[in-house]
Amino acid sequence: MPFVAPHIAWHGIAPELALVGGALVALLIDAVKPAVDRRFLAGLSLATIGLAAWFTFDLRDTRAVIMQGTLAVDGVALFGRLILLITAAMTILISYHYLSRRRIHRGEYYPLLLLATSGMTLLAASNDLLLSFLAIETLSLALYVMVGFARRDEKSQEGALKYFLLGAFSSAFLLYGIALTYGATGSTQLSVISKQAAVASVDERLMFVAVAMIAVGFAFKVAAVPFHMWSPDAYQGAPTSVTGFMAAGTKAAAFIGFFRVFLVAFGALQWDWRPVLWIVAVATMAVGSLLAIAQTDVKRMLAYSSIAHAGYVLIGLVAANRDGVSAALFYLLIYAVMVLGAFAAVIVSAPGGSERLSLAEWGGIGRRYPVFGGAMTLFLLALAGLPPTSGFTGKFLLFAAAIKAHENALVVAATITSVVAAFFYVRLIVLIWLQDPPPDDGHPGIGPTPALITSLGIAAAATIVFGVWPQSLIDLARNAISHGFVG
Amino acid sequence: MNLAWPLTLGALLFSIGVYGVLARRNAVLVLMSIELMLNAVNVNLVAFSTWIRETIAIGQIFALFVITIAAAEVGIGLAIVLLIFRNRETINIDEIDLLKW
Repeated sequence: MPFVAPHIAWHGIAPELALVGGALVALLIDAVKPAVDRRFLAGLSLATIGLAAWFTFDLRDTRAVIMQGTLAVDGVALFGRLILLITAAMTILISYHYLSRRRIHRGEYYPLLLLATSGMTLLAASNDLLLSFLAIETLSLALYVMVGFARRDEKSQEGALKYFLLGAFSSAFLLYGIALTYGATGSTQLSVISKQAAVASVDERLMFVAVAMIAVGFAFKVAAVPFHMWSPDAYQGAPTSVTGFMAAGTKAAAFIGFFRVFLVAFGALQWDWRPVLWIVAVATMAVGSLLAIAQTDVKRMLAYSSIAHAGYVLIGLVAANRDGVSAALFYLLIYAVMVLGAFAAVIVSAPGGSERLSLAEWGGIGRRYPVFGGAMTLFLLALAGLPPTSGFTGKFLLFAAAIKAHENALVVAATITSVVAAFFYVRLIVLIWLQDPPPDDGHPGIGPTPALITSLGIAAAATIVFGVWPQSLIDLARNAISHGFVG
Repeated sequence: MNLAWPLTLGALLFSIGVYGVLARRNAVLVLMSIELMLNAVNVNLVAFSTWIRETIAIGQIFALFVITIAAAEVGIGLAIVLLIFRNRETINIDEIDLLKW
């Protein structure tokens, strides 16, 4: 058999090539010149992300399946890249001073961040289960290290170990499901699987087990109940900037991968998996909201809140229509921005190495620092889904998509859990504003820096703008899916 | 050869791996159990690949990727375990319990 060199559409993977290239350059610089100014590495990473964004923008009119069918270039992939690149850029802004303050500002942070981002963007664009698996592993392996980045901190180590063991365990399930899918359909390509799955000759039992196991793998990555146990520990233990990156980036990438695999490859089996995911979505919203009430640590509370938000995005998947996909894309973007804003506020909350982690330390902070307190209040309102913030618009779109798919009971459940969830957000807001501030002596102030103020400002502006004038972003998300997935 | 034999072997290996992850308390043994699960998948992939008889052996190529990823995973996993052992002199996952609820 003669060897035929495959045709490689370089422009389609240009964003990922830029990210990996930037990561390698940063790694090399850090290796040969360990004392290099961290500002240079951070600037290089931001420039790399800018370059990747430029290449992504260049692909805006292209719709194709490239690289022998493994990679999709479509609206969803581009929107996913947009979310992930914004997340990565904001993470660098909130990381810089935080890492210095905690004395863990080692150079390898930036290459790891860029590599994780490249894995995430590939997952959002992957049209082949083999590539999905590789992308998940790329982002996970980088994140395991980033969670344990504060290597003298026992909590950081413990978070890394738990994240690693459960993440690797879930990867094995995902992989077993992929192998069974391959056995049943003879392919790992999503479009081929979808054609084969609709054929009567396919072994249904094999497909059921395969779909279940792949669902387990993705549910772990998005932290859906009952596969959420790793996330509070990893979120609490990880350095706060990494926590923000995980909450925004991993969730968005894993969800877009989840949507693509289930709606494209397993679309013909949706009457089998939708009821199961319905239960998972309700359980995720309920458990996330209820357990968040019991938390006394801000990062852990936000971790449970992020579990609850995973449940809301799952509504879009259960709806399984185009409105569901566009609402989920919208939600993932605005959630990424507001959760990064909330974690940026946690970083700003104290000038020294340690933030105000216990809820009690937030008492009266709004009276002493009204602007800072106002920003945190805005993000909490957005997370609770109250108007006029973007969180309200996002939830509204998701619920509308579910009603269009006749999932009324799901919307009722989601509304009830939203009310429960509002309790712990509002409780923190009450603490911030209505408690007397502690006496001045010896109490830490807040530690804003230009980069942190910039990221807080961007997040706050986006949260308000997309809450009051959401139409342009809604249109962008609708256009992303208006022709469906390619392939 | 009957496809059922290698698939049974794969399922058995995978189940032993799951049992190991759930029952073992030593982090290194948990890591080994996860490796066992990944290798069970390799058995499945190669068996399916031979059975389907495609011109491009996707299953076998996939198995090579899985082996590579498994090696990378062990590298990172052992590094994290080593870090914890240096600080706490234990790798018993029941004793690593600063973070809960």
